[in-house]
Amino acid sequence: MMPDILLSALLAGYGVALLAAPLGCFVVWRRMAYFGDTLSHSALLGVSLGLMLDININLAVIASSLMIAAILVSFQEKQRMASDTLLGILAHSSLSIGLVTVSFADNVRVDMMSYLFGDLLATGPSDLYWIYGGGALVLATLAWLWKPLLSMSVHAELAQVEGIPVRKLRMTLTLLMALVIAVAMKIVGVLLITSLMIIPAATAQRLARTPEQMVIVSALLGILGVSGGLAASWYLDTPAAPSVVVASFLFFLITRLIKRK
Amino acid sequence: MKFQNREVLTGINLQVNPGEIVTLIGPNGAGKTTLVRVALGLQEPTSGQRSVRKGLRIGYMPQKLHIDDSMPLTVNRFLRLTGCRLTAVHDALGRTGVSHVLQSPLQSLSGGELQRVLLARALLHKPHLLVLDEPVQGVDVTGQKELYQLITEIRNASRDREHCAVLMVSHDLHLVMASTDKVICINQHVCCSGHPHQVKQHPAYLRLFGGESDELAVYTHHHDHHHGVDGHILEPQSPVSEGKQ
Repeated sequence: MMPDILLSALLAGYGVALLAAPLGCFVVWRRMAYFGDTLSHSALLGVSLGLMLDININLAVIASSLMIAAILVSFQEKQRMASDTLLGILAHSSLSIGLVTVSFADNVRVDMMSYLFGDLLATGPSDLYWIYGGGALVLATLAWLWKPLLSMSVHAELAQVEGIPVRKLRMTLTLLMALVIAVAMKIVGVLLITSLMIIPAATAQRLARTPEQMVIVSALLGILGVSGGLAASWYLDTPAAPSVVVASFLFFLITRLIKRK
Repeated sequence: MKFQNREVLTGINLQVNPGEIVTLIGPNGAGKTTLVRVALGLQEPTSGQRSVRKGLRIGYMPQKLHIDDSMPLTVNRFLRLTGCRLTAVHDALGRTGVSHVLQSPLQSLSGGELQRVLLARALLHKPHLLVLDEPVQGVDVTGQKELYQLITEIRNASRDREHCAVLMVSHDLHLVMASTDKVICINQHVCCSGHPHQVKQHPAYLRLFGGESDELAVYTHHHDHHHGVDGHILEPQSPVSEGKQ
């Protein structure tokens, strides 16, 4: 018999892997890995604001991610600064502001480590509702906007000339990423969310011939990674979220080595 | 048009009439691509306005299409993203002469093939206006001739029915397409404009290509001013100082 704790960890991990796959593909196609990192690091700011103001943490995280995205866009348009520099500044500043803010709040005692690195083995039913409810919303939106999103990722200006509302789509994609980060944060932690998006997608890229295949393969790889990581965590007592990342990385290495022959 | 308070384009009036082929030429940094982007509506001009006929369909062929290796995409899929049927995709590829690449991954195409696929994509929208940003860049002279011939055919084929106009940027200052109706040379402002001379009459061209082609023409510039490095108009120079450079 599988213990409940492991079962709900597996369900949560699979849900996050399924969600991370399509968004991870967009992150890889659109070279947004740093952007994803910045969004997820800024989620900690959302956590601390949520705790301070006593509002739902998931909502606070979504709000703070959107705020960071808006700041980013306005900075990019007004200041001329390399966007990786800007992303680096925003990522680490918002992470640090989040940590500093929480330390001021005497009345809240939270284990920030679980937000930084996740706590896969402590997932409860409410986490599962968020993952599968939010996940269904994200996947439905992606399916609905799939074609224009793909066009935009191939060539943004060509898509714009062809009448695709590129700005709106970009905002939508950011919103979806914020949602995924919010629901995945407690499971894998803000520091590791991006890896769950990009490592399976980057692995799938060499195995797929169409964009859709790439999404499906990366979802499967994500599920394998979660299974492997949780197994290691269960039997070898390793930290769960990092083990999932290590397992995904091993799959990445294996496909690289096999393909080279 | 200004970037960072630096004037990039001033006093430009660009008009493309139905069925007309207009070629934009100018040195690097002259603002050709910026002008095209304004014409396409991709960039808002800092002053001035853009007016297009209502319901105008534009087919755009960007200067370079860099498809990231991370995106597995065949030519068929790339063209189907426009929402067109397979038969339309077949037709468009047939018109541009690259039907054979239908199932190839985009990343495996040669420069010339990719340009033709891009042209096919621009045609799929049944455009009233084709905007081509350096369509022959990175293509050898034979390929250039063929592409120009193709563009001329496209214009001619649809001239009566659809009045397809062409706005094209050329990377070459002197060789432009022979069927061009109007050449506009810009360097932050309009330097000169007019009809290109027929290739065949120009000795420089005859020496180069043996006078076999109808597709390339030499455009003779007739500037009445000189430019500094930043593109500003300098005072008329004496012939002596000109000789020194």
